Amino acid sequence: MSQVPLTHILVLSTALFFIGMYGLFTRRNLITMLMSVELILNSANINFVAFNRYLYPGKLDGIFFSLFIVAIAAAEAAVAIAIIINLYRNFKSIDVEAADEMKF
Amino acid sequence: MSESPVVFYLLSVVILGAALLAVTSRKIFRSAIWLLFALTGIAGLYFWLQMEFVAAVQIVVYVGGIVVLIIFSIFLTQQSGKDLPAPVRGRAVFSVLAVCAGFVLTCLMITRYAFPNGGNSGMDAVASVGNIGAQLLSTSEHGYVLPFEVISVLLLAAMIGCIVIAMKTKPDNP
Repeated sequence: MSQVPLTHILVLSTALFFIGMYGLFTRRNLITMLMSVELILNSANINFVAFNRYLYPGKLDGIFFSLFIVAIAAAEAAVAIAIIINLYRNFKSIDVEAADEMKF
Repeated sequence: MSESPVVFYLLSVVILGAALLAVTSRKIFRSAIWLLFALTGIAGLYFWLQMEFVAAVQIVVYVGGIVVLIIFSIFLTQQSGKDLPAPVRGRAVFSVLAVCAGFVLTCLMITRYAFPNGGNSGMDAVASVGNIGAQLLSTSEHGYVLPFEVISVLLLAAMIGCIVIAMKTKPDNP
């Protein structure tokens, strides 16, 4: 593990973040946008765990932050899917372009 | 220890390839399965970093919970055999440009920054599940019991919110 520098792990998480960003920009379907958000949260998690492992090996704070992020991501996914299913019930579509009734 | 970097780079290729396919695949069900592979690869990365508890949480919550929830909602909301519409060409081109610019900029910042060397001793004794649990629930100076309680209230609120949102409204007396 010590043969891989911290920079490479950070480059990996940056690449994962921007892949999620690309998905968020190009997708118009709510479920696939939710998947991109999950990728972005995971890249932040990798950063926390890697910093804890490499820079502060005697502490546990990075682990706690990543555990809290996982819990918040689970709550967020549950609420988002409830909203998506309700939206589908009303508009018969989960495309973001279709749900523009509260726009103006 | 000599094969350790090879394992890391293999895991990185798996994670990035699966994530890229998850955001570009035209079939939504395949996209969900690629997301599953990416999240499993990230759990493998945590194992490689010797953070076994975080890896277990990643597998249980993400792979076992969130991806299954996403697959259920795909089945509930659309025909999974149908292709998604392709992104608008202009938007795709500008997204690729913006994402590449951001990636290059961030990588420049990362490679320029000199991280201090923290040393690597005594980690295995600290990151055990017992220590994590003890510090998570301790009320002393470095304890995390208050965020723990707050997050349990948040989960309760999310549960109630899901029930309220998904509840069918009764039609008023016709």
